[in-house]
Amino acid sequence: MDKKIKVLVAKPGLDGHDRGAKVVSRALRDAGMEVIYTGIRQTPEQIVATAVQEDVDSIGLSCLSGAHNKLFPKVVDLLKAQGAGDVLVFGGGIIPDEDIPGLKAAGVAEIFLPGTSTEDTIAFIKENVTTA
Amino acid sequence: MSCTENKARLAERQEQWQVMVEKALARFPERKENFATTSGIEMKRLFTPADVETIDYNDEVGFPGEFPFTRGVQPTMYRARFWTMRQYAGFGSAKQTNERYRYLLEQGQTGLSVAFDLPTQIGYDSDHELSDGEVGKVGVAIDSLADMEILFDQIALDKVSTSMTINAPAAVLLAMYIAVAEKQGVSSDKLRGTIQNDVLKEYFARGTYIFPPQPSMKIITDIFSYCKDNLPNWNTISISGYHIREAGSSAVQEVAFTLADGLAYVDAAVKTGLDVDVFAKRLSFFFNVHNNFLEEVAKFRAARRLWAKLMKERFGAKKASSMMMRFHTQTAGCSLTAQQPDNNVVRVTMQALAAVLGGTNSLHTNSRDEALCLPTEDSVRIALRTQQIIAHESGVADTIDPLAGSYMVESMTSEIEAKALKYIEKIDDLGGVVKAIEAGYMQQEIGDSAYAYQKSVETVEQVIVGVNKFTIEEAAPENLLRIKKEMELEQLKSLKAMKANRDAAAVAASLKELRRVAESGDNLLPVIVSAVKTYATLGEVCGVLREVFGEYIEG
Amino acid sequence: MKDLVTGLLAGKVRPLAKAITVVENDRSGKRELLKEIYPRTGNAYLLGITGPPGAGKSTLTDKVISKLRQQGKTVGVIAVDPSSPFSGGAILGDRIRMQQHALDDGVFIRSMATRSHLGGLSKSAVDVMHLMDASGKDVIIIETVGVGQDEVDIVRIAKTTVVVMVPGLGDSVQIAKAGVMEIADVFAVNKADREGADKLFSEIRAMLDMIKDKDKPEIFRTVAVDDVGIDELVQGIFAHGDKVVETGLIQKKIAEKAESELRAYLLDSIMERSTTMTDYDEIVKRVADKQITPMDGVDEIFAGLGMTIKES
Repeated sequence: MDKKIKVLVAKPGLDGHDRGAKVVSRALRDAGMEVIYTGIRQTPEQIVATAVQEDVDSIGLSCLSGAHNKLFPKVVDLLKAQGAGDVLVFGGGIIPDEDIPGLKAAGVAEIFLPGTSTEDTIAFIKENVTTA
Repeated sequence: MSCTENKARLAERQEQWQVMVEKALARFPERKENFATTSGIEMKRLFTPADVETIDYNDEVGFPGEFPFTRGVQPTMYRARFWTMRQYAGFGSAKQTNERYRYLLEQGQTGLSVAFDLPTQIGYDSDHELSDGEVGKVGVAIDSLADMEILFDQIALDKVSTSMTINAPAAVLLAMYIAVAEKQGVSSDKLRGTIQNDVLKEYFARGTYIFPPQPSMKIITDIFSYCKDNLPNWNTISISGYHIREAGSSAVQEVAFTLADGLAYVDAAVKTGLDVDVFAKRLSFFFNVHNNFLEEVAKFRAARRLWAKLMKERFGAKKASSMMMRFHTQTAGCSLTAQQPDNNVVRVTMQALAAVLGGTNSLHTNSRDEALCLPTEDSVRIALRTQQIIAHESGVADTIDPLAGSYMVESMTSEIEAKALKYIEKIDDLGGVVKAIEAGYMQQEIGDSAYAYQKSVETVEQVIVGVNKFTIEEAAPENLLRIKKEMELEQLKSLKAMKANRDAAAVAASLKELRRVAESGDNLLPVIVSAVKTYATLGEVCGVLREVFGEYIEG
Repeated sequence: MKDLVTGLLAGKVRPLAKAITVVENDRSGKRELLKEIYPRTGNAYLLGITGPPGAGKSTLTDKVISKLRQQGKTVGVIAVDPSSPFSGGAILGDRIRMQQHALDDGVFIRSMATRSHLGGLSKSAVDVMHLMDASGKDVIIIETVGVGQDEVDIVRIAKTTVVVMVPGLGDSVQIAKAGVMEIADVFAVNKADREGADKLFSEIRAMLDMIKDKDKPEIFRTVAVDDVGIDELVQGIFAHGDKVVETGLIQKKIAEKAESELRAYLLDSIMERSTTMTDYDEIVKRVADKQITPMDGVDEIFAGLGMTIKES
């Protein structure tokens, strides 16, 4: 049986702009993936607990408020602490270019900026998810 | 020639022209098979008098300042006074934002518009665990009256009108504003401005809700009632389509869902015994202005007309001021591109022009760098200058509603009005806005539109210059405005110091009284004003209300 | 695999989550895994919650979880959402309403898509229940949209099945037709503060009078968003459970459940062998061409599998 890719799409922090997260969720669904959507205002702890219970392959984080430098790395760290460091974490939102190297160094695999095609996001997940 | 002869001649001429079109099409097919607006309204090849035949000028279009206000709400519109140029601003600490405000006023801006950070908008103090990383990011951090005093330092509150983008905790921020004014020696009846106070759209488009719908509606009507007696010049609500559009809706959905929210507020206020002809004049609206120029102009005209009719028909409003829709407009944040950001100046110019031709009462023009970060001072100045150039150089403000009578614009105005009304009736069928939110109706509709738009961009059916066509390799932009990490720490320090210096007993007593009033169902405003004057924090006041009213969970 | 089993049986979160993935994706090791844990199952209280879309099942589930936690019970939740018939993907959003429990060690929530294969959901959902059961969850809630046979099958094996209905969602007769009325052990009329709740209440009662001859299920009024009526509902659920035990019905339920599980695997296994070990496609074609009847086709397949058919 073919393995379904499972992705958690989450909005950490207080930002309520969920247009991007919802559009990406639909695009991933239409690409045949199973998407867990947990809504807005999630703490990194909630996101990681959810990811572990759902045993997802990947987590997509969306943040437009500028709090990404705090929230994204925290998700990665908590995943590692739970022994789930293999989960592919990517992010999107209003994120200045200069923050991207820091986020990647912290373990965020990729950052998608406004204007990214959902096709790129889909391709990225398919290429990088470890479906062992 | 008689009217019927004219019509016959028109039909005949159109047939002849159609023959010519067919020939042309055979040689040069058109760019697309179907031309349509974001709302799926067909853009015909040509509009003619036949398209406006059924529109009665006197009933449907009329004169500026008169029902149904299609042509504008004032009899002389911009010939008397330009729209209010009001740039939404706020970031970091109260002190930083105060400096930006004073800069903008010096540059000729005519009103203030306060952006609050997310913790403030959701009723948390800067030291709340969920505030971590969010303090001062998308707006100014306000924890208590102490911050508010700094925010308006050296700004005379009897001279300026202030708009505050605050919803769930609107009553608390308004109370702080009243308290600052009082310290300046300005009585509350002199205060002019607006609070957004539109919680309904938060549930389906923007996300900064706190309480469930019922207590939220109660707080809103408390504000209506309090302001009627104490702040007669204050706009008690700004019913907002802006965020609905940003969330991905079409132009028609923007009008429909905003007006549906408006109807819910009016209904709630009327049910608490307020007289529609007393409070309705203090309602104001807030729209987005997006790229499709002609659709946008028509949208504003349609919104004004539909609102006037609804107020008259559904609530029996008698005064003209109760039926006229006054609104603020902001250019579409979601239309800004991170790629080739200077192109955004051009987009904003066209959008601003559409808002002016649509008769907006005030306007915010976005800065070119907002898809990247908070706007820099230079960018904000260009945005303001854009408005000033339209006002002073373009000449479009010298005659009222200049696009009226365009076959296309009048036809589109009627079409948007009809389609929006259909949505409103659907929401009526679902049992009103609150029930429709619970059923996820608007969320689904907006989600569908947003996804369809995204797909049209990805298939390049919708061209975005610099993003999916005419792209270039670009260096990373420089000189972006960043909020320094230290800012959050300083805010925490000053909050701590403020708490140490206030009269703790007075704070405790005021919060106890707040709880009593909240449980009793009496008007909350007087007791909130008293509480903030003791320097009770926003988080403390909202905390009590959270305990009494509960919190809303998305679903 | 050993670590997975040990961790799971010790109630650890990540091994349970990983084990569920093995089962859900029919991965190698599934058989061994189930063999290891099967003897350790049978302790959890299986609770089905079903009803039409928009009835507020997730919110109700959220509140029921809270009550169970107050009673000190640990809870496993399986939240089922439909897969897209076009892409096979799914958006699983039921959790949104339950995220307040995300950090509670005593609550484990897993979302599952119906996926497309016939009978597949009920089979893997039952196995997921077993895993949660073996990991020590006291109560396992399975939340489904009560429309398809798959969903009905799942709740059939629950000790207690709650059917959630809500006023204003149209013709309640439709729901009766879908077979949901028959499987209800307890009814919850949710959003009971709405117009039409009384009418719905009496309609359900009337319908029960018509179709049921045994014990009448209790009907509860709830307003899940406001946490109204949940205490009573939870009491009603356990009261039903007690009755099932007292009357000895539990033995029948257990046997039925075992039979239904066995049948699911049996059918699956027959199908798998049939498609891989016989000229299945060819036989289908001949049935389509009207050369043979479907019954003859079955005989041929069975013959191909080396099974003899007794003439009846």
